[in-house]
This record gives sequence, C-alpha cells and structure tokens, in this order.
Amino acid sequence: MSDLDVFREEVRAWLVENCPPSMRTPMGNDEDVVWGGRKANYKNPEAKLWLDRMGAKGWTAPTWPKEYGGGGLSKEEASVLGQELGRINARPALASFGLWMLGPVLLEYATDEQLKEHLPPIVRGEIRWCQGYSEPGAGSDLAGLQTRAVLEGDEYVINGQKVWTSYADKADAIFCLVRTDTSTKHEGISFLLIDMDQAGVTTKPIKLISGNSPFCETFLDDARTPARNLIGRLNGGWEIAKKLLQHERTNISAGGFGAGGRSAALEEVAKEYLGAEGGKIADAVKRDEVVRHKMLERAFAQTLKRMSAESKAGEVSPASSIIKYVAAEMNKDRMELLVEIMGLQALGWSGDYFSAEGLATTRGMLRSKANSIEGGTTEVNLNVIAKRVLGLRDHQ
Amino acid sequence: MGLVLDEEQTILKDSAKAFFAEQAPVTAFRKLRDSNDETGFSRDLWSAMAEMGWAGIIIPEEFGGLDFGFQGLTLVLEEQGRNLTASPLVSTVLLGAGALLEAGTEAQKNALLPMIAAGELLMTVAIDEDHHFDPANTALAAKADGDGYVLTGEKTFVLDGHVADKIIVLARTSGEKGDRKGLTLFLIDGTAGGVTRERLDMLDSRNAARIKLDQVKVSSEAVMGPIDGGYDALSKVLDRAMIGLSAEMLGGAAAVFEMTLEYLKERRQFGQLIGSFQSLQHRAADMFTQLELSKSVVMTAATAMDEGSNEIASLASLAKAFVSETSNQVTREGIQMHGGIGMTDEHDVGLYLKRSRVAEHTFGSAGYHRDRYARLNDY
Ligand SMILES: Cc1cc2nc3c(=O)[nH]c(=O)nc-3n(C[C@H](O)[C@H](O)[C@H](O)COP(=O)(O)OP(=O)(O)OC[C@H]3O[C@@H](n4cnc5c(N)ncnc54)[C@H](O)[C@@H]3O)c2cc1C
Repeated sequence: MSDLDVFREEVRAWLVENCPPSMRTPMGNDEDVVWGGRKANYKNPEAKLWLDRMGAKGWTAPTWPKEYGGGGLSKEEASVLGQELGRINARPALASFGLWMLGPVLLEYATDEQLKEHLPPIVRGEIRWCQGYSEPGAGSDLAGLQTRAVLEGDEYVINGQKVWTSYADKADAIFCLVRTDTSTKHEGISFLLIDMDQAGVTTKPIKLISGNSPFCETFLDDARTPARNLIGRLNGGWEIAKKLLQHERTNISAGGFGAGGRSAALEEVAKEYLGAEGGKIADAVKRDEVVRHKMLERAFAQTLKRMSAESKAGEVSPASSIIKYVAAEMNKDRMELLVEIMGLQALGWSGDYFSAEGLATTRGMLRSKANSIEGGTTEVNLNVIAKRVLGLRDHQ
Repeated sequence: MGLVLDEEQTILKDSAKAFFAEQAPVTAFRKLRDSNDETGFSRDLWSAMAEMGWAGIIIPEEFGGLDFGFQGLTLVLEEQGRNLTASPLVSTVLLGAGALLEAGTEAQKNALLPMIAAGELLMTVAIDEDHHFDPANTALAAKADGDGYVLTGEKTFVLDGHVADKIIVLARTSGEKGDRKGLTLFLIDGTAGGVTRERLDMLDSRNAARIKLDQVKVSSEAVMGPIDGGYDALSKVLDRAMIGLSAEMLGGAAAVFEMTLEYLKERRQFGQLIGSFQSLQHRAADMFTQLELSKSVVMTAATAMDEGSNEIASLASLAKAFVSETSNQVTREGIQMHGGIGMTDEHDVGLYLKRSRVAEHTFGSAGYHRDRYARLNDY
C-alpha cells in the first residue's frame, strides 16, 4: 500500500468516528452554512462539534502549516481528504473569508508573528473576517479607494467608508484596503487588519433584490488598529490586494457559487416539472438546453481539475479570472434555466402555494445576478484575461 | 394608424406618459408592495384611468366605450409598463373586455361592457391549471346539470383573480386534458357560492390568484361562445392579451434601458465614464437595436389587430416571443451595468427584472410562442 493509501484509510476511519450524522446530509438552505466567529449561533450543536473536530485537526485548512494551526497536508493528501469528505457527503465544516481569501495572502506576505496571531483562530473558526475593499467611488477601479489611514504613535487611525461589505454586521474583523499615501494611486495603498468590535466601526445592512441583507455599508470613523496589523510593506498593499482577489476568484467560484451541491440536479428538476417520456425530459428544446448546461458544468469541473494539477498547493494566477468568469455566468444561466423549467412555481415570492424548491429558485435566480459583479465583475475579469493573460493593450 | 402614430395617437401617448409619470410612478408601486396592499393596485387610480377613457378604450361607443382602437390600448400599456404601474388594465380590459367582445352574448355585452368602461367592474379570465401556460391542458370540469352546468376544479395564476367581480372560466365540457376540443368559456361571479380565492404572493408583487371551484352552479346564460369551441374563441382573446402584454414589457424594458444609458453617462471609474468602455458601448447599442426591433413587432401586431388581419395569431406570438427575450436581456444587462447598486432593493432596476420574469411567463413564454409560431406557419 502506498503512503497515500495508508493516509486514505486513516482519513476514512477518522471520518467514521468524527463526522456527526447530521453533517452528512445535504444542506437545507443558507442558514445551514457555518461561518464561525464570536457572534456565531449554532442551531445544530453537531455543526459546532464538526467544526471543533475539523478545526482541531487543522483540516478546515488542510494545506496550511501545522505550526499555524493548519493540517500540514501535501497537495495530494489534501485532495484525498477532499475525496473522502465528498464520499460521505460531508458538509463543509467551515465557510470563511479567512480560509478562502485572507489566510492565503497572510501565508505569502505576513510575518511569523502575524501568522501565529491570525491563522489559528481562522482555522478553528473563532474569528470571522469580512472584506473591506469596495467603496462608493471605487468598485471596478478598486485602486481609486479613498479610505485614509494615518499612523499616530503605534496605531493607525482610519477614516472613510466601505460599501457592499458582505456580512460586515456578522464579522469580528475586517481586512481593509486603505490609502496611506495620497500622492500616488496604486503605490499609496496599504493592507490593514482591523478589529470591528470598537466604536469607530459601524455597519448598516443593505437589502438585496432577493430580499436578504447579506451586505453592508461599513463606516470607519477614527477607527483604530495597532501598527503591527499592517500586512506587508507600508504602501505595498496593492500587490496583496490583487493576490487576494485571485484567491477569492479561485476559491469562491470553484464552488460554483454554492450551486449544484446544495440543490437538485438540473435534469431531475426538468423531468419533474416538464414531464418525462421513457425516462427522457419530455420537452425536446429544454432537454437540449439542459444538456448544454450539463456539458458546460463538466467542462468547467475538468478545467478546475487541470488548473489545480498544473499549480502548486495554494498558488494562484491571473487565470483565476477564467474560473471566476465562467462560474459566474454559468450559475446565472443555470438559475434562469431553472426558472424557465419550473415556470410559475419559480415566480413566487412567499407562501404555501409555492414549493420550498420553487421559492429557493426564485430567490436564487435573483441572488445569482450578483455573481458577475461580486469579486470583480465579468467585464473586469475579461479585461484581466485580455490584458494580463493575452497581453492585449489599450490604444497604443 | 399603423407604423407611424397619427395625431390622435400621439396625443394619447403623450397624455398617458404624463398621467402615469405623475399619478402612478414607480414610487407608487413600491408603496403598494411595501405596505402589502390587499387590493394590489389603487382603485382611485383605476377610476382616474377610466375617466381618461382607458378602461373603455377598445369598447365600442354603443357600450359606453371610446372605440379608439387596439393600438391605442397598447400605447397606454406601454406607458404603464414604463412606470411599473399596477392596474387592472390587463385583466379587465385585455382579457375581460376582450373576451366579451370576442365571445360574449348581446345580453352579456350590454350588461357588462358599459360597467367596464366606467371603471366599475373588474374582470379576469381563469386559464392556467399548473405551472406552465397551455390552455389545452384544462381539466376543470363543467358538467351539464338540468339547463345549466356545474363547475368543479382549480385554476391558478388568475390575474387580479382575488378582486375580480366577474371571472371567465375556461372549463372542459368534453374530451380530455390536453385536447383543444371540448373546452367552453363560462362567466361566473367572483363571489359565487363554491368559489374560494387565494391571492398568491408573486415575485413581481402584482396580483395573481389561485381559485377553487367546488360544485359552482351556473345557468346556460353563463356560457360564452360556442360549447366545446372555447379554445378558438379564447385564442383570439389571448392574441390581444399577448400583444398588449408585449407592449407593457416593451415600456418596462425601455425604462430600464434609459436608466442604464443614463448611468453609463454618469458613473465614473478609472477616471472616465463607464460609458466610454467599448465593451459596454456595444452592448448598449445592441440593447437599443433589440428594442427597435421589439417596437416594430409590437406596432405591427397592434395594427394588424385593428385591421383584422388574418395573420394576427402569428404576429402575436412573434411579439410575445421577441419582446420577452428583449426584456430578459435588457433587465439582465441593466443590473450588470449598474454593478453593486443594481443588486439593491432600493434601486428600481431589480423591480423591473422581477416584473419582467413574471410577464415573460404570462400567456406563454418565449419558447411556447416560438413553438406556436412554428405550428401556425407549418414549420
Ligand atoms: C453581493 C455582493 C457582495 C459583495 N461583497 C463585497 C465584499 O464583501 N467586499 C467588498 O469590498 N466588495 C464587495 N462587493 C462589491 C463588488 O466587488 C463591486 O460591486 C464590484 O467590484 C463592482 O464595483 P461597482 O459596484 O462599483 O460597479 P462599477 O465598477 O461602477 O461598475 C459598473 C459597471 O461598469 C463596468 N465596468 C467598470 N469598469 C469597466 C471597464 N474598465 N471595462 C468594462 N466595463 C467596466 C462594470 O463591469 C459594471 O458592469 C460585493 C458586491 C455584491 C454585488
């Protein structure tokens, strides 16, 4: 037996012992996602148990070094762990911007001290992070940001406004892009970590078209953070910011924005709502559309696999824009197709008349419209591909 | 009349534009939605619309109407769509008055059309029974009983069904679910014994209801049009409804396009207007082009209706299929080009997208109408 096979056996045995039964069932809705943090509220105690056990093993962050609380696994071992988790349909123990975005750039840019302070609480789901990038005047043109940070003694004092900050009202801390030099654009940006549990930070939820309020305006009024919370060089934040976006694009999109895993397969829904003849989707046109989508999903999954095989563990590149672009457009199309297939059942807003599946589809279709906006718009990602990957330039 | 508005039509369009912008702008619709208004539209507004003559715009003068022509109605609907105005124009005029004109007996017309024109009677037609539009799929049974009928079954997605005074029900008098033959239209009271109505809370916050009929007894005078021949009669009514709804969607899509175009000329990123980026310019130009095509199909279909062309069914399906797709595209792009702000409930673009998705599905989706068009033209 190879080392990897031995490892697989161990993982399997551990999961049998440690993954609680309710954590092997499909998630019902967004409320079942475990985000951790000080304000977390565990409806299901087994969710907390599962997080604690995975966190203690470091398997919420399988490839992070052991000394920072991670699993210390090789890329191959991590992939085995992923397969075994998938085999028993285990729910992710932890969903976290700390795992997907902040941690990976800390590993690249932070000091040993900073890593020891910030990584372990991320791995264990103790601190929930949010992303303070966008501002009212700085969206696609992120480097146009105006939030100011000024060093006073051994603290930075921060003033400005962030917007569209996902889950800011539920987060404990924010990783923030701030302006530390107003005389230049990209070279005047720094990357700061800020505790949100202070008077200088307030959040105001914004309601989405889907009826939920997952994001906020975040106001920084004389907010303070110790100087040691500067990551990387002063005025060296832009490089980190871009790197983090690549992780965001890779990690969030790879999950297909939560599609697939959490809902019934497209073809089954089509058979149910359009009828089946001899096991085939009865409506030939819709059948073709469903197949087209299934093939795209497959091609996407194969591309993810290929790109991940080509890169080292945790490494990202501008090609992450390909993943983000495809995943966003794919999920939007999937949701529109589902609405078409389900018809009236997916055009309700609330009430018993509509199936839970139908209502989730309506809201999901609306929410999916943001997929091509959040984490960099489709246009921005296509620009990245055209410029940074293909080397095409604006007018010369 | 025709592809260029005449003077009277231009005046009508202008007054409709001013009327809706003043009396029923998007903020009014938002208020209805946020207060969970039980009627789902303003009865005062409907009275005012009736005073403008719009409730009776396609009703002949002998029945108290304006007899302005169908194209006039589409102009009003377009302006209504532009402002997301909630009103019973589709249910009561397009469907109700439409059905009476097409299939009503003299007695029915005499009794009801003047009341519709005066804005005093709300009507609707109950067609759908499941989640996809297909009138032939009617199972709701009408059994002969003495010299009348007894109706039992269930309808859904009945526009303004919870407030309609009179409901025209598509029922099966013979044959089986799926057959086009064997369907008959019946006129019943919204509050008749055995009728229960439940308002559905829809994505677009407009009115639709589920209606149950439990042994509802009607006399033979309730029959509209030929017995067992209701499908063809209804098809003609639906042609009107499809064209009218396409006009409403055209107005909504035009409004989204205009607000998006304005945003392209106002929002700056990278030190320039986002409208200066060619990738957005081309898509804006494409949307404009699709809207131009949409306008043509709606005007052509409306004109054909007034002229009694024998190609109306095809033209109605063309309009509904084409405008549904354009509206889908424009509302999608509208949100995308607004970025984060387009995703907020506070911005209007999302309201238009919600209305569009429901309207796209009402009276048959684009796919349904492409299929119907192919059938009608022997493809
Ligand atoms: C649900 C959701 C969650 C979010 N969560 C977060 C978060 O947690 N933290 C955070 O910091 N931000 C978050 N965002 C913000 C997101 O990153 C921004 O909305 C996004 O970057 C776009 O910026 P904007 O909204 O200002 O749009 P704008 O940049 O104003 O864009 C408007 C339109 O112009 C287009 N455009 C802009 N520049 C170009 C160009 N050069 N070429 C072609 N087209 C162009 C855009 O693609 C878009 O279609 C979130 C957004 C959403 C919708």
